Amino acid sequence: MKNPVRSLLLTELLSGMALTLKYFFKPKVTLNYPYEKGPISPRFRGEHALRRYPNGEERCIACKLCEAICPAQAITIEAEPRDDGSRRTTRYDIDMTKCIYCGFCQEACPVDAIVEGPNFEFATETREELFYNKDKLLENGDRWETEIAQNIALDTPYR
Amino acid sequence: MVEFWEGYALPTIMIVAQIMVIVGPLLIAVAYLTLAERKVIGAMQLRKGPNVVGPFGALQPFADAVKLMMKETILPSGSNKIIFIMAPMLTFILSLVAWAVIPFGEGLVVSDINVGILYLFAISSLGVYGVIMAGWASNSKYPFIGALRSAAQMVSYEVSMGLVIITVLLCVGSLNLSDIVMAQKGDYGLLNWYAFPLLPMFVIFFISILAETNRSPFDLPEGESEIVAGFMVEYSSMSFALFFLGEYANMILMSAMAAILFLGGWLPPLDIAPLNWIPGPVWFSLKIAMVLFCFLWVRATFPRFRYDQLMRLGWKVFLPFSLLWVFLTAGVLISFDLLPVAQ
Repeated sequence: MKNPVRSLLLTELLSGMALTLKYFFKPKVTLNYPYEKGPISPRFRGEHALRRYPNGEERCIACKLCEAICPAQAITIEAEPRDDGSRRTTRYDIDMTKCIYCGFCQEACPVDAIVEGPNFEFATETREELFYNKDKLLENGDRWETEIAQNIALDTPYR
Repeated sequence: MVEFWEGYALPTIMIVAQIMVIVGPLLIAVAYLTLAERKVIGAMQLRKGPNVVGPFGALQPFADAVKLMMKETILPSGSNKIIFIMAPMLTFILSLVAWAVIPFGEGLVVSDINVGILYLFAISSLGVYGVIMAGWASNSKYPFIGALRSAAQMVSYEVSMGLVIITVLLCVGSLNLSDIVMAQKGDYGLLNWYAFPLLPMFVIFFISILAETNRSPFDLPEGESEIVAGFMVEYSSMSFALFFLGEYANMILMSAMAAILFLGGWLPPLDIAPLNWIPGPVWFSLKIAMVLFCFLWVRATFPRFRYDQLMRLGWKVFLPFSLLWVFLTAGVLISFDLLPVAQ
């Protein structure tokens, strides 16, 4: 007897509608994306960058650990000794269309040279633009160095 | 020449002007109803809704309209072209012609016919033809299923809607829409509106008009998650836009019907000084807007009915209940000698 009365009085429907009405007046959680952005963790794995030492020397020593560990085989490295005898890459390519953003490359790197920065807005109009070469990666490193250095500093206590 | 002018030309111009005065604001109301729908549902889902095009997204409906007009009109090769094109037009035209008898205020009505409610009921019943024609002419599976569903659904809910209207008519004693509104004028302001003495009927009427306009939770003819968009699958561009306009104009029409039958039409909630200075059409639009908000509110709240649940509700709950209420109302009116006297 209880159930027919309750369904006839629409109690459940009305309580459902009361709930949606309550939500109607709640503050909204929408972010106006291009103008507002959500917070990003220091561990965020975004666009890759090759870093330099403060004196301008590039960090990468062409050990090829990143190339070896990359599960998507997105990294291609060629290396030979430079004129001053130090070992450096002559070619450092990342195919961003292959990359799965697992972060293994930055974990493998012994000198913190290849890192995944906080930038995630690097969509392009052509596929070719996503085949990053060494120049592009070093340029990224120069552009994002402040943020990358801060993120590494923030994350250091936990690793 | 004078005879021609006074006999034909002037009345024609007057009628066209009246039509323009009603259809113009109606189409703008339809445009903003689509925006209001997105805003209200967004708000209930803790989103902001469209807010990029114009201030607070105020120009969004026009951007949508331009987008639809720019698209290509596709005529499926297997379709019956004439019926395929006629169906959206029919839906749209039917949603507009019904406004001829709607009184916006005291005496503010294009044609004050004495069987206004019957006309309204007939026109809203014809609405199903647009859907059936679209589904049939598309010559495709999903539209056909959508059309079949729509036919059965609209027929089922018209029965109980008819009984609800009969209940109101018993209390009024007239089929004229202005008379129905005036019958709700009384000493107690909004307590005289039929929504209060006939509250269960008002609830049934509201749920029935949800089903009649194919709105959620009775949007089975569209059934986005099962049959893609139902009878509208094959439509694009302006023919789709006409369906869209027709559906929303129908929502406004049905809300107007609810306002007239149950919410006292253009009457202010209390017949006292500051409230009765506000002109009738404003009250009428406010009441329509209120009912429309409930449409959107319901859509944001409930999931779609299953088809057997829909039929069960229509035939096994609403029909006996409204029939019972017709008898009850008639019995009360007769035994307490409250029957309205014929003028």
